[in-house]
Amino acid sequence: MRYSLLSLLANAVSGHKAWKPQWRDAAPQSAYDVVIVGGGGHGLATAYYLAKEHGITNVAVLEKGWIGGGNVGRNTTIIRSNYLLHGNIPLYELSMQLWEKLEQDLNYNAMISQRGVLNLFHSDGQRDAYARRGNAMRIHGVDAELLDREGVRKLYPFLNFDAARFPIQGGLLQRRGGTARHDAVAWGYARGASDRGVDIVQNCEVTGFTIADGRVTGVRTSRGEIRARKVAIAVAGSSSRVAAMASFRLPIESHVLQAFVSEGLKPIIPGVITFGAGHFYISQSDKGGLVFGGDIDGYNSYAQRGNLPCVEDVCEGGMALMPAIGRARVLRSWAGLVDMSMDGSPIIDRAPVDGLFVNAGWCYGGFKATPGSGFVFAHLIARDAPHPAATRFRLDRFRTGNIIDEKGQGAQPNLH
Amino acid sequence: MTQAQRLAAGGLVDRSTPVSFSFDGKPFTGFAGDTLASALLANGVRLVGRSFKYHRPRGIFSAGPEEPNALVELRAGARREPNTKATCVELYDGLSAESQNRWPSLAFDLHAVNQFASPLLVAGFYYKTFMWPSAFWERLYEPAIRRAAGLGRLSGESDPDSYEKATAFCDLLVIGAGPAGLAAALVAGRAGVRVILAESDFVLGGRLNCETHEIDGAPGSAWARQAEDELATLPNVRIMRRTSVFGVYDGECGAIERVADHMPAPPEHAPRQRLWKIVARQTILATGAVERSIVFGGNDRPGVMLGSAMRTYVNRFAAAPGRRIAVFTTGDDGWRTARDLRTAGLSVECVVDTRHTIAPDVLSLTGDTAVYLGSHVVDAFGGHGLRSIDIRDAGGIRKRVAVDALAVSGGWNPDVALATHLGASPTWSDAKAAFLATEPPRSMALAGAAAGHWTLAEALHDGGTLGMDAATRYGHPQLAQPRFRTSDEATEVQACWHVGGARSKAFVDLQNDVTDRDIALAAREGFRSVEHLKRYTTLGMATDQGRTSNVGGLAIMAELTGRTIAETGTTRARPPHIPVAIGAFAGLHRDTHFKPTRLTSGHQWATGQGATFVDAGQWLRAQWFARPGETDWLQSVTREVRTVRSAVGVCDVSTLGKIALTGPDVGTFLDRIYINTFSTLDVGKVRYGVMLREDGFVMDDGTTARLAPDHWMMSTTTANAAKVMQHLEFCHQVLWPELDVQMVSVTEQWAQYAVAGPRSRALLQQLLGTVADLSNEAFPYLACREFRCGSLPVRLYRISFSGELAYEIAVPANYGDALAQALIDAGRDLGVAPYGTEALSVMRIEKGHVAGNEINGQTIASDLGLGRMMSTRKDYVGRVMAARPALVDSKRPSLVGLKPVDPAARLRAGAHFVARGVPASPETDDGYMTSTAFSPTLGHWIGLGLLADGPRRTGERLRAYDPVRAGDVDVEVVPPVFVDPKGERLRA
Ligand SMILES: Cc1cc2nc3c(=O)[nH]c(=O)nc-3n(C[C@H](O)[C@H](O)[C@H](O)COP(=O)(O)OP(=O)(O)OC[C@H]3O[C@@H](n4cnc5c(N)ncnc54)[C@H](O)[C@@H]3O)c2cc1C
Repeated sequence: MRYSLLSLLANAVSGHKAWKPQWRDAAPQSAYDVVIVGGGGHGLATAYYLAKEHGITNVAVLEKGWIGGGNVGRNTTIIRSNYLLHGNIPLYELSMQLWEKLEQDLNYNAMISQRGVLNLFHSDGQRDAYARRGNAMRIHGVDAELLDREGVRKLYPFLNFDAARFPIQGGLLQRRGGTARHDAVAWGYARGASDRGVDIVQNCEVTGFTIADGRVTGVRTSRGEIRARKVAIAVAGSSSRVAAMASFRLPIESHVLQAFVSEGLKPIIPGVITFGAGHFYISQSDKGGLVFGGDIDGYNSYAQRGNLPCVEDVCEGGMALMPAIGRARVLRSWAGLVDMSMDGSPIIDRAPVDGLFVNAGWCYGGFKATPGSGFVFAHLIARDAPHPAATRFRLDRFRTGNIIDEKGQGAQPNLH
Repeated sequence: MTQAQRLAAGGLVDRSTPVSFSFDGKPFTGFAGDTLASALLANGVRLVGRSFKYHRPRGIFSAGPEEPNALVELRAGARREPNTKATCVELYDGLSAESQNRWPSLAFDLHAVNQFASPLLVAGFYYKTFMWPSAFWERLYEPAIRRAAGLGRLSGESDPDSYEKATAFCDLLVIGAGPAGLAAALVAGRAGVRVILAESDFVLGGRLNCETHEIDGAPGSAWARQAEDELATLPNVRIMRRTSVFGVYDGECGAIERVADHMPAPPEHAPRQRLWKIVARQTILATGAVERSIVFGGNDRPGVMLGSAMRTYVNRFAAAPGRRIAVFTTGDDGWRTARDLRTAGLSVECVVDTRHTIAPDVLSLTGDTAVYLGSHVVDAFGGHGLRSIDIRDAGGIRKRVAVDALAVSGGWNPDVALATHLGASPTWSDAKAAFLATEPPRSMALAGAAAGHWTLAEALHDGGTLGMDAATRYGHPQLAQPRFRTSDEATEVQACWHVGGARSKAFVDLQNDVTDRDIALAAREGFRSVEHLKRYTTLGMATDQGRTSNVGGLAIMAELTGRTIAETGTTRARPPHIPVAIGAFAGLHRDTHFKPTRLTSGHQWATGQGATFVDAGQWLRAQWFARPGETDWLQSVTREVRTVRSAVGVCDVSTLGKIALTGPDVGTFLDRIYINTFSTLDVGKVRYGVMLREDGFVMDDGTTARLAPDHWMMSTTTANAAKVMQHLEFCHQVLWPELDVQMVSVTEQWAQYAVAGPRSRALLQQLLGTVADLSNEAFPYLACREFRCGSLPVRLYRISFSGELAYEIAVPANYGDALAQALIDAGRDLGVAPYGTEALSVMRIEKGHVAGNEINGQTIASDLGLGRMMSTRKDYVGRVMAARPALVDSKRPSLVGLKPVDPAARLRAGAHFVARGVPASPETDDGYMTSTAFSPTLGHWIGLGLLADGPRRTGERLRAYDPVRAGDVDVEVVPPVFVDPKGERLRA
């Protein structure tokens, strides 16, 4: 059923009784052309683009819980393409362009809102680093503006300009950046894929792979064995565990990242702001909650929960940057498992088993990549060759040294 | 205003202490011991808020943190606190509160038109519309939605109050001071266990203050006072009132103490709130239970209230929630409400019970009140206050009854959230008709209603038993467990979530306006798992954190989808259990106190010299020293550079990391740390070294001196001081524990100054006297030795960052200020001047030295022109990974110098290099400018940069592409060393 104001009106008249499930809650078939492991944003987007761009519809997305219950439903919803390195920018910009058309494409309002992403700087060195980044973005045709202190003050007069430990000197602004309603992204892709024939199979945990002569032939799941010509892994925080089932290791550690939302408040923060002198970033949802976060907890973990020191660290950053939020209350916090890679950039590549593909290593920043990641991963699976915007996310780059290290932190995942 | 709804007698409020307050500008009076909610009720105020989506008029629904409706903006100005639950605000004199989320006024709210559009505004409607045209989202739809959404307003001003943090340790943490918690604290406390008893409320006792129970013959509230008095005498017991435990984390609990929230403003020097971390060996969760509502038409009307809340208002606060009251219940509990209301002299119009048969002793609680068994309240009517209800009796007949208040009692939800923060979800118990925490964390036990043990007798028994357990576990003499005498209560309850056949909207989540139909719609559209239900409808995501809505909502979903509640399951609770101010988590680390400010020991001296300071990490460093008449920084910096290049300057370099290493194996250790060899370094010599990360990229650089055969001193960059120390510790402790090396960071123990310039030797000679032989022969470039300055031993290193003849001199930190002054004094006749980090940076760029801009974690040694230092005769950290193909690619961007083609042009770091005449594109991007400076020596701007195939492109002209700033500048590639390339001056 197409969604529109008209269909909404028509249904309002009939008491909303005619709406259908947004996607089919399919039971697994015995075989598929492609099985995608993981019903997060990336898995669902991959299925959608496989169907839409490549006409491959005999596809199943296998999700161990409920779709969208992983990081795609836990993130702080920021989308942007303000990357520094040539390896990264094309993918995130492709993603941004897909975001810009996503709602019309999916016929689902995911509330993509380009209210701007502002990265603040507090020193000359940071300014120059942001200039380097902004220039790199412009080289790729991505919008970027460098604001001085007054420029920032005009946008956000309530920031701490007077009593700051590290005074704001300016910021790098990407006006096309912003936020998207994360759950709706998962549901919209699920609906789009399901409409095109993809089976969305929930409560179906992949517990192993069937591999013959070095080639994957299917998966073992909590709902039985399923054959597949190709299998694609998109399980974010569980990447290492799932890879281990196919007997290979990924250069990835799983870490805990927390996020926070305040009680609902009347609008105060229009866009997204990141603090440059501490770990803190914030935006305000359309519902009115301040949505914010900061650093990862710092230790390896598969527990979807964080601890108090990190909460304090994040809030200290908040109170350093905008002491006007002091009396706003944290309503909820939660944590997701983030797949931190050795250089902070993702892996989108063939796995060391024929017919097996892997999409992992998104760290704390893979939500914004969802459309692009799905798009290029579908391309890789369908064509067996990388999409031009994603040629460098190779698994062997750690061996060859062609790493994509935006932060220059080296092979220490908890620093990226 | 008279307190028209205040009962003539009873209650725990202090009638001798009237308290004045205002709501929406109107003055009222209450009593000490009131909450804002009870005082409003006592004054007959029924309409207190508006709901989130439909802006429906709402009244006070509960008497605790579960309140979904009665949210106010408390206080004014910078202290304004939006979304404050009137039910949790302790009344104080001068309190001012305003209603929120309404315009222009609470009684007349224009946004209430949303109600008429409600057929459209169903759950998730926004996912289906507002898509066309796409640009209208940001311009039109979203701004309108944002303005309408949100609840209260922040002030927009900096929070004027302060927050503290503290840590407490105990054997036993008892959370909740109701009967179970008090009993546990008493029993454990008497035995000598170190107990902390935390209670959110400002009085202890929990439900004992709200009910008419008796313990050992005394009224429950009196028993609670007694217990409190006894606990107060026990030195091993600490009572924390107004303190809510909000989170259970690995190894600690988080709690928030509202130190001054019951006052107009915190007393001087007192914090508003205090964040506690409580480390307890054992925790007893005695948080009680929260009553459930029932979903029927108009169940949100002001005047509809939880039955237990009505008892609280009547028994504890002596405030009448209405005069003609009906009770709607699914269990025995509602009958007690009716009894208490009647006892208070209020008229109970009828009791409506969903059950067909009731135990006679329960039935007898309400005397001659009209009773409807097997019946339901279907609809409630009234705009700004309840006027009547429709009852559907057992025969299906509707009957209208005029009432002004309705008590609703749908059973109880144990407050188990804190038991689930660390792990297992609660599980449904059919027997208790409730979710129970069957797998709490190992060190936690539940007592009383939190454990689903509803009666007072059980609560006291649980508390006593767990208190005894704690006493035994922590080795305290066994006393006999006391017995508490109480009456028994009937607690039968029937699960009934939802009354069908309503004519008006029936709410599941009052604040977020989630109706039964929204849940049906979610089920229809496939959002059947509790996680999907919550996200699609926003059920349970309001500021009451789902206390009044979650279980009801998922029970309805279970019904709709033909599953049991157990199969449907529930969502997991996450901290904080009650909303906590962001300021409290931050504590004192805000504004200028966000991070410590580190000052060098020469800070005062630098201030006296007119320094302008700059942040270097947490350090403050002198950036330049303006002289009278100098109007801009470039003037001062240029003068400082000229002074150093022509005479002598002094610069505080104490912030550089200093690590003392001792032991016979330091040489070997350093050989493995650095890419170049150190074991061969002679005593009395210094060597420049570069260290790599394990992945082959440069980590840091600096000099290391050998002071004695077994005594070395490493210096690091300021930025990487901690990181290098960490790295060395890791290498020693994990990789090579067999090496006999000891190390300690001594950055703060030594003050160190660079003395640079052609006259630096003369200056030092003046300072150290002629006994010190500083001649080139005796103390050549890269020498180090201890000298004496008067009686004080000083360390002198002949090293140079500026490229001039230069030294660094170090003294114990407490002599830092004096040494700086002595250096200036000694150089007065030589034209000495202090110089700051800016001049330091100019000179290092002139000299082609790399610094943080180049050692940015993305460069390898050969990128920086340091490739030849990589020894081929030994192993070191990073050697293997540095041999990866992409790291030995000769086309990698590497270090070059740049100068503007137009000598007047300014260079800027961060510009990218693009060949002239071609458009900038990923293919033509050849690198970027890392550092720039105006070179007083050369008279124009210069730069360093990383350029693809750089060193082979000397003489080439390029575009420095900088669209985010001033635009493009044409530059010429030159060798990176601009001044004294042969290094003659520093050896002079
Ligand atoms: C707190 C937080 C904040 C974040 N903020 C942002 C942000 O602001 N912007 C941004 O761009 N990114 C952000 N991220 C990162 C982003 O959310 C993730 O990188 C991204 O969502 C990961 O891809 P995904 O959506 O496919 O992952 P997920 O949604 O986690 O999907 C993986 C799915 O795989 C399933 N799965 C796992 N194992 C199996 C198995 N064996 N069988 C079947 N299924 C399995 C999981 O249940 C899960 O549903 C944030 C992350 C977190 C945790």
